Amino acid sequence: MTTLQRKDVNPIAHLTPEDIEAIGVELDAIRDEFIAKRGETDANYIRKMIKIQRRLELSSRAVLLFSLFPPAWILGTVGLSISKILENMEIGHNILHGQYDFMRDPKIHSTTWEWDSASPAEQWKHSHNELHHKYTNVVGRDNDLGYGIMRVDEQQKWVPAHLGQPLYNFVNAIFFEYGIAAYDLELGRNLATKKRRNNPAFRARLAQVGRKIRKQMAKDYVIHPLLSVPVGLAFGNPLGAFLGTLSANAVASVVRNLWSHSVIMCGHFPNGVETFERTSITGETRGEWYLRQMLGSANISGSKLMHIMTGNLSHQIEHHLFPDLPASRYAEIAPKVRALFEKYELNYVTGPLPMQVASAWAKVFRLALPNREKANDIDHAVPPRRPEPAAV
Amino acid sequence: MPVTQKLRNGAWRVVELITTPVVPADYLDVIAPLRNPHVLRARVEAVRPETDKAVTLVLRPGRNWQPAAPGQYVRLGVDVDGVRLWRAYSVSSAAGRADGLFTVTVNEVADGLVSSYLRKNARRGMLLTLDLPAGDFVLPERRPSKALFVTAGSGITPVMGMLRSAVHEMPDVVVVHSARTEDDVVFGSELRELNKQGRIRLIERHTRADGRLKAADLAELVPDLFERETWACGPGDMLDAITEHWADAGAEDRLHVERFRPTVLVAGDGGTAAFERSGIETEVAAGVTILDAGEAAGQLMPSGCRMGICFKCVLPMREGIVRDVRDGSVTTVTELDEPVLIQTCISAAAGPCRLDA
Repeated sequence: MTTLQRKDVNPIAHLTPEDIEAIGVELDAIRDEFIAKRGETDANYIRKMIKIQRRLELSSRAVLLFSLFPPAWILGTVGLSISKILENMEIGHNILHGQYDFMRDPKIHSTTWEWDSASPAEQWKHSHNELHHKYTNVVGRDNDLGYGIMRVDEQQKWVPAHLGQPLYNFVNAIFFEYGIAAYDLELGRNLATKKRRNNPAFRARLAQVGRKIRKQMAKDYVIHPLLSVPVGLAFGNPLGAFLGTLSANAVASVVRNLWSHSVIMCGHFPNGVETFERTSITGETRGEWYLRQMLGSANISGSKLMHIMTGNLSHQIEHHLFPDLPASRYAEIAPKVRALFEKYELNYVTGPLPMQVASAWAKVFRLALPNREKANDIDHAVPPRRPEPAAV
Repeated sequence: MPVTQKLRNGAWRVVELITTPVVPADYLDVIAPLRNPHVLRARVEAVRPETDKAVTLVLRPGRNWQPAAPGQYVRLGVDVDGVRLWRAYSVSSAAGRADGLFTVTVNEVADGLVSSYLRKNARRGMLLTLDLPAGDFVLPERRPSKALFVTAGSGITPVMGMLRSAVHEMPDVVVVHSARTEDDVVFGSELRELNKQGRIRLIERHTRADGRLKAADLAELVPDLFERETWACGPGDMLDAITEHWADAGAEDRLHVERFRPTVLVAGDGGTAAFERSGIETEVAAGVTILDAGEAAGQLMPSGCRMGICFKCVLPMREGIVRDVRDGSVTTVTELDEPVLIQTCISAAAGPCRLDA
């Protein structure tokens, strides 16, 4: 089923096709249980989160009117960074997954939500929800694996350009929201040939991103800095006020970018996470799809606050199994999922944030260099595939 | 004017830039949800029990509300267990209250998800979504010299709105009302008081003791029946009988009827999917998704992951009932609801469905 078979130890060699389907049935049962529980608690939760985030943003921006004064600058920047993180992770990401569509509230719906990011929600939903979540960790189909710029698996061919990947990754982390926008546009691929560059569909999407970025930039780097100028005038330093707010907004955006990049890298890059071959997913059953999500994701352990600040992507495994269930439920779901991993002797990859970040970065460094040994040849000791059902 | 208009538009665009990617009203919602000009809401100011099963909600409507004419109804969007469901309720208060408030009276019906939720959970401070008043079950500007109201159960609510607004403008009013028992009469004491004062002639009928009122019985109770401008509101079969009776007498233009729409949808296996804009209609067999069935019928369908993850295949369902093929959960949309976006790739028809596509 996977590149797993090329590994020294195939982590699923002990599973029969019946086991894999049984895992699927058990996970469906967990899903049913939480679909039945879904309701007022979840609706109240997301409304509360939105309220907290908007209040935090409003008050931070108000404080930043006085960004001329260092204490206000620090307080405002911290508040705005937290607000931007909440907005992207616990609110935007999860609403755009359709987790709260069940509420039938047109204000909190995957089709109407727009987030504070360079990437227009619509394009992100295509590259993330449709491509990444369907083809999780399938080399060549899931562009999230290395975002098309990095080598993240021994099986990928090494070229000298990969030597620079620690640097690319760092730059990508700082400008993460723009990286995501470029990635949603498949910029590398679409700029490669003249025909692709001039494709009207691509042009339209490019223009859409351009408009979004212009508005975002105007807000953070023109309008809000200008709003603090009157305070600056009152204290005889309008330029200082302008630059103070501008720098605060820039720092908050970079903090948010670094944070979300780190969290997201922890989802699929740390050691112990498996990747899969393109051919391995043809005719994939629901059980096999679930299994791929289980093996292809990694969690971050930590406190409740930690989970909220990561948008519950700290529960990446649970998120990948049930991307449309409200994320605040993942903590409740996790013990059941973990028990299933244990029952079927599978590796539940988890660890504290610093450890997972280090593990992901170690991989980025390690794979910048060619493999020390030749990747193993295909191990044919694969569990036999269930025969395709006869056509009716 | 154009200059100030331009300035105002320009200023507004700047405000929108401040709050991008959302709109200023989204921030306002955090502080003053009733001030949102785009989403009409109402806050529950008080809850008054009427009978064992009925409560009156005193509502403060938000910005851009237009007062109801007596007899009209409003649609209320109520979040029942986190899911917004819409129901229509007649306005029961007098028109033109000085405090700007209005009331609806909710009578709990058997298996009524929203009515029982409101009866049990409505509290002061609760927010509801609201739609503008609608309906032509109203009194004419020139009040009738002789009026008859025939109501049953919660059918009294729009009529109560009319009586409270205009009873003093109508010299001769007869109200024939049926309820299960004396205690089940919504607004019973107020109606009896009006009767005592001679403002109306109230004929109460308690179905548990007296049996159901038949249209033919009305002639006995109200001899000048067909001389009266008549408003009737209650269960469908009662209204059917009355409509027929008035038609037989050739007095149908004097009769005004308000029907409670039946909203009961029962999930079956398979159904019809009607794509309203293209006019394509197709039978969807049990277990087949609307996406597959639509594509097979030649409907251009949006699609994505085809496994329920990406929400790209969603289409607005105006009315109908679908079942999630993964977990069997059922989603129903009635004509009173706002259209609901359903994921066509994992939704099988469980009855007739009308889709906006």
